[in-house]
Amino acid sequence: MISSNCGEARESDLLPLREVSMLENADYEVVVSAALKKHSNTEGGLLPILHEVQDALGYIPSDAVDIIGKTINRSRAEVHGVISFYHHFRNHKPGKHIIQVCRSEACQAMGAEGVIENLKAKLAIDFHETTSDGKITLEPIYCLGHCACAPAVMVDGVPKAKMSSDQMDGIVDELRTPKNDN
Amino acid sequence: MTTKIYIPRDSSAIGLGADVVADQVSRVSHSMKQEVEIVRNGSRGLIWMEPLLEVETESGRSGFANVNSADVEDLVKANFTEAGLRAKSVGIVDEIPYLKNQERLCFARNGITDPISIEDYIENEGFKGLRSTLDLDARSIVDIVTDSGLRGRGGAAFPTGIKWNTVLNCQADQKYIVCNADEGDSGTFSDRMTMEGDPFALIEGMTIAAFAVHATKGYVYLRSEYPHAEEVFNAALDVARDKGYLGKNIRGGERSFDIELRRAAGAYICGEETSLLESLEGKRGLVRAKPPLPAISGLFGKPTVVNNVITFSSVPFILANGGSAYKNYGMGRSTGTLPIQLAGNIKQGGLVEKAFGVTLNELLYDFGGGSASGKPIRTVQIGGPLGAYIPEKDFDLKLDYETFAAAGAMIGHGGIVVFDETVNMASMARFAMEFCAIESCGKCTPCRIGSTRGMETIDKILSGEDRSANAELIETLCDTMLHGSLCALGGMIPFPVMSAIKHFPEDFCLEPHATMAAA
Ligand SMILES: Cc1cc2nc3c(=O)[nH]c(=O)nc-3n(C[C@H](O)[C@H](O)[C@H](O)COP(=O)(O)O)c2cc1C
Ligand code: SF4
Ligand code: FES
Repeated sequence: MISSNCGEARESDLLPLREVSMLENADYEVVVSAALKKHSNTEGGLLPILHEVQDALGYIPSDAVDIIGKTINRSRAEVHGVISFYHHFRNHKPGKHIIQVCRSEACQAMGAEGVIENLKAKLAIDFHETTSDGKITLEPIYCLGHCACAPAVMVDGVPKAKMSSDQMDGIVDELRTPKNDN
Repeated sequence: MTTKIYIPRDSSAIGLGADVVADQVSRVSHSMKQEVEIVRNGSRGLIWMEPLLEVETESGRSGFANVNSADVEDLVKANFTEAGLRAKSVGIVDEIPYLKNQERLCFARNGITDPISIEDYIENEGFKGLRSTLDLDARSIVDIVTDSGLRGRGGAAFPTGIKWNTVLNCQADQKYIVCNADEGDSGTFSDRMTMEGDPFALIEGMTIAAFAVHATKGYVYLRSEYPHAEEVFNAALDVARDKGYLGKNIRGGERSFDIELRRAAGAYICGEETSLLESLEGKRGLVRAKPPLPAISGLFGKPTVVNNVITFSSVPFILANGGSAYKNYGMGRSTGTLPIQLAGNIKQGGLVEKAFGVTLNELLYDFGGGSASGKPIRTVQIGGPLGAYIPEKDFDLKLDYETFAAAGAMIGHGGIVVFDETVNMASMARFAMEFCAIESCGKCTPCRIGSTRGMETIDKILSGEDRSANAELIETLCDTMLHGSLCALGGMIPFPVMSAIKHFPEDFCLEPHATMAAA
């Protein structure tokens, strides 16, 4: 047996981040009509449509809400009601990178609160906010299923487990380097 | 000679560096001209050892734990023998006591196979259960599941056979199979591991359910927090369709069935089955009043089987081996095995599948090895955010639905979240109320408003304002929530709150006697 269960990943093993390619706002009509076309025959297809739009744009622009509602025969209020019910959907454009930090119990048991406080201070923002340079959005999340290797975060969709404040600082610095700008 | 290497693609393993290790192995072995075949398997569930790199040898698969990219060169140089990385060698993986002492029925394949290789699945007992149903009528399938005593693993522990029977007895032009993969409880990840590590087991279980009730269409409602599970499961669906395990006339028989994966959108309440159905219909996830039961009027008003991932993936074993083979495991009315998840402040966190009847002590200390911090374990929360906090004096409790219910606790989806002595139970109670406020669907006032009032009242206790009066207020509030809520979110949040006050009054600066008949 190995002597410790440290499971500490090597610092550099945690850095590679997924490239994010969100389309610019101007393309939203193309995205929305593609989503609508793809799911026009999907029963109860509003969530798949919204996912399609948010996956491409990072959020659901309010102009899109009108088009979606008209096409699927539901009022703007109804579509808006669905979007606002679900924590996953955003109605504002997020930063270039998205850091989602787990706030749930297993992560708390391993010190998530401290990691979160540190991260908020480093970014100088609170949850649901974006740094003033438009680079990083911070969001709370309630369990990522990495509860046996907590605290857990997801950075641009990539899981990071057993996070310490120092490791998070390293990730933020990496995201802030110019090579991660596009 | 080609060496076969296994590096998990499980997302927890990835979170601990598995992708980087896999890249490094292929890069280094290429430059050293070593022939290596890398299989991205599921996780064995020894999450504390991830990334766990395994090497196929004549005496079985030999493992290296917590491998990082700096270890790779030494390993490749030594041709992946133990000598290359002695400090991290764990020997033959199947012989590790943590694994060896489990009873893996549901998780028999996880970590062993390539998750999207249907050949691997079939070689390891896969589709045996489904094959046996090709000669059975629907009624006989339901009877076998009823006989096994299997109960729902999503939380409510309702007998699966009885649910299926209700759907079978309904006359309808369309029936649905819905898999609840919303896995919102903190401390749980067995659904995720199944979908990432053994997705065909879920496909097989859902298909058997479809044959049992004459359903032709299935949905998997998967939480949006699980992008890796989505990727693997969608890939497995394509393979299954391609090989005739889904679609029209499955395996040349007369029955047809297909599955569509639907991504949820980050609402805890959508794990509640009626809220889930609303969401699948493209609406806000407001909880429906029952009756009617989803079994009678479920998705789009049609008879619908709603079961958890683990419930479905327990079914193939039952059909392949018979209801009594399953019933031989477990105790009392809790038959079979439960994939338990050890989480939070635990040294050896991971997945432990055991027959019901195992005690918390065995799980926390024999398997878990105590806390991760090395400090004494003070309490565990079982059954997710709606589960009671259990103090150390009750760690001799046996995992059994009835035993837990009698102790005011619940097993739920089998996640155990461990806290050491540094936990502040008042802040955990406050978090429970806050979570309820964030996740309430808003239909019932006690849940929607009461949770916020509860949070404020706990804050008052903590700041020393009228402590005992405010503690009484919490108790009344919990009572109102318990009785005035439509579903278990508002109805059970009182359990963690009241158990925290009852067992740990000192954290609320309360005298023990100031708390009355708490949960
Ligand atoms: C607030 C709330 C959240 C729930 N979350 C889940 C969940 O994430 N996964 C799940 O399988 N069941 C969940 N359930 C239980 C489901 O309502 C339902 O009982 C279950 O899906 C039925 O499947 P089973 O019989 O196989 O357990 C939840 C229930 C409530 C009240
Ligand atoms: S108890 Fe809460 S979550 Fe459940 S139905 Fe009522 S308001 Fe909705
Ligand atoms: S509680 Fe944080 S990942 Fe599960």
